[in-house]
Amino acid sequence: MNEQQQTLLDFMRQQSDKLLSQTLEHIGLTFISLLIAVIIGLPLGIIIARKKQLSGTVLGIAGVLQTIPSIALLGFMIPVLGIGPKPAIVALLLYALLPIIRNTYTGITGVDAVVKEAAVAMGMSKWQVLKQVELPLAMPVILAGIRTATVINVGVATLASYIAAGGLGEFIFGGISLNNTNMILAGAIPAALLAIIFDFLLSLVQKLNLKKVKTGAYALPVVTLLLASFYFIPSAYGGKLTAGFTPEFMGRQDGNLGLREKYGLKIHTIVINDAVMYKAAYEQELDVISGYSTDGRLKAYNLVVLEDDKHIFPPYYAAPIVSEAALTKFPELEKTLNLLAGTITDSIMTELNYRTDYLHQTPERVAKDFLESKHLYKPARNGKAGIIRIGSKIFGEQYILANIYAMLIKGYTDYDVSTKTGLGGTKICFDALTNNQIDFYPEYTGTGLLAILQAPAETVNKIISDKESTYNYVKAEFNRRYSIKWLTPIGFNNAYALMMRQKQARELNVKTISELKNHLDSNK
Amino acid sequence: MIKADNLSKHFGAVKAVDNVSFEVAEGETMVLLGTSGCGKTTTLKMLNRLIEPSEGSISINGKNIKSQEPEELRRGIGYVLQNNGLFPHYTVAENIAIVPKLLKWNKAKTQKRTTELLEKLHLSSQYLSAYPNELSGGQQQRVGLARALVADAPVLLMDEPFGALDNVTRTKIHAEFKALDELKRKTIIMVTHDVQEAFTLGDRVTIMDKGRIVQQGTPQQLLFSPANSFVSDFLKEQRLQLELRTIKLVNLWNKLTDTGRKTHTDLLSAEEDMWTAMESFKFTRHDNINIINQDSREIKSVSFEDLMGAYNQYKKQPRHE
Repeated sequence: MNEQQQTLLDFMRQQSDKLLSQTLEHIGLTFISLLIAVIIGLPLGIIIARKKQLSGTVLGIAGVLQTIPSIALLGFMIPVLGIGPKPAIVALLLYALLPIIRNTYTGITGVDAVVKEAAVAMGMSKWQVLKQVELPLAMPVILAGIRTATVINVGVATLASYIAAGGLGEFIFGGISLNNTNMILAGAIPAALLAIIFDFLLSLVQKLNLKKVKTGAYALPVVTLLLASFYFIPSAYGGKLTAGFTPEFMGRQDGNLGLREKYGLKIHTIVINDAVMYKAAYEQELDVISGYSTDGRLKAYNLVVLEDDKHIFPPYYAAPIVSEAALTKFPELEKTLNLLAGTITDSIMTELNYRTDYLHQTPERVAKDFLESKHLYKPARNGKAGIIRIGSKIFGEQYILANIYAMLIKGYTDYDVSTKTGLGGTKICFDALTNNQIDFYPEYTGTGLLAILQAPAETVNKIISDKESTYNYVKAEFNRRYSIKWLTPIGFNNAYALMMRQKQARELNVKTISELKNHLDSNK
Repeated sequence: MIKADNLSKHFGAVKAVDNVSFEVAEGETMVLLGTSGCGKTTTLKMLNRLIEPSEGSISINGKNIKSQEPEELRRGIGYVLQNNGLFPHYTVAENIAIVPKLLKWNKAKTQKRTTELLEKLHLSSQYLSAYPNELSGGQQQRVGLARALVADAPVLLMDEPFGALDNVTRTKIHAEFKALDELKRKTIIMVTHDVQEAFTLGDRVTIMDKGRIVQQGTPQQLLFSPANSFVSDFLKEQRLQLELRTIKLVNLWNKLTDTGRKTHTDLLSAEEDMWTAMESFKFTRHDNINIINQDSREIKSVSFEDLMGAYNQYKKQPRHE
């Protein structure tokens, strides 16, 4: 435990620049959206306190917005607002609206009717009654709403990193992808601390006596504005081309670290979720992205892979990895899974991915069509000899593979299948397998080598250029360390790749990563 | 000064106030008396346009109140509420200064007027920076009164102003209220359901029931010439005390016999009522009290038995009022 803490501190010290800028971004995101939510929510709350017949509708809509899952809400925002801070701020402010509107409404309707009548009877105008009586008396309740909204926002803002808006989510989701507990904690602990600190500070403001609340009410917007401005300090953009890398790619030796080390590539980089990365490249919000070489969107969005002329990206041959326990328990399993061995080439996988990612066909349909074309499809036997649990990571290719395996198992054996798809990144999938939550999932040799085994640099350098030796090393080590067996590779190599829009690559005359680096350097 | 013509207020099908007319002279205190739901508060609130009448008109000093902006109208009318309606987030000083601030008085003027009022209302200036919840109910009601009086508006509306106070405090405030010179020049309309209060404070009392006026008149008229059984029933329970409160010594003057034994020099004005006279026997060590008739400058020294005898004679004589 002590060692763990030590290394966490080491990590935070190492990454202190990043940690600081992410924390500031996080605070900025939280408060800029909070500020806008107050600007919108407070008047709305006042209006519905005046016209009560509107209150049901307004509170209803705000309530529905609140129930939309955060990732879905961010997803809705992208077609309208693109990527980056704008959609993140809008999504956050939508979450903050409900508590602010509701508490303003409750606070103002809760003001003693006698006091209001006295104010009117003394000759105050509606505006004076609002400003001098209703708002000050409702302030503790309104502040409670703002407090709730702040804590919600600190939490939801971690998801902003999905759409390249920064914040502590970069560490959290990067850490989950990279199987790096320190990185997760370096993001999660400051995020939790921020929530606790802001909650505490606002509780102090709330507890101030009525008199001081008047001053507090003026000070609060100023402080909020100040905190909101943090967001703009670190986001001063520079450079000509913008790269969007996934959190996982950012922290990998065979990712951004290797690009810097081996190629000396220096490019303005934002962190983004791979679900929106391709679209963002297509819409010219990004110029260079870290994609997968078999991704269907490569075809859909006219992107081109830059050649890895210094060989930093290791081979990523996909193969099912199965726990030894499952192989013993289900003797038919290995044979069945190996039916797929060698059948899917890079171009077939790209095509299959294209059909799910771009044509929006269901993974089931794509899986069935593929098996039929290879004459491998057999109707389900509906056997009851046991349930095999299939896992998959949260992207299209893994969904297709999981479906293909499910159909093979149902058609060729008497086992039944339960699929646990969408298990986030590598860490979540792999932990599920070692903790006997799933029986197998498709993994990639490169991921096994670097993210899971975290093989020493000299070993990696020795074997990385050869797909056979990589596979053999990974297979032996997994067996030794985790009692997990790598079955025969499926055939395709879904390696990391840098990609650009075809048109732009042609215009800039960039075909390899070295050429990209030279182009960037020449324009400094 | 205040004239209400055929006022009606309908809430849906309910006639809260039904064709009510009355006039209040300058400097007069008129009390609207009735049970809850009789329409007295609705009538009061129409006077400063907190409620707009469905029918009828109101004029103050011959001017229709509709010709003014409601805010402007209200700043010229003092208003005292049952639960005082003080702003809990304002200090006593700030509460009193609300109307002066609306009228854009300067600070010195407000301060001077506040100090003056506090003194008249027997409130220590140490309360100026206190918040309403730090004061007793009686003190709060005094601050509420100060707030209504501060701008020296000629008209004062009071909605059950002493309703939230306990009996002892209420009696004390009633006495102060009657003695307060600020109030003597004001035209006051007060709403209450308390018969005692109405008879103690009102120059004239208007009894309302089901949105209509049942009878208007002085306390004596209501007591001794009730318009119908509703009025006499309404007053029945407290009849004895009301009579003692209503009958003044000057009414009995001719029936009082002077014993001629002036053993001390304490004087009681003949303008005082029977109740006060009986009370003064409790506090004096002597057998007689001296009553002075202000008009004739005549002084009579009277024993308790003489007083009660005169009272009984007075009650037996036929009414011609």
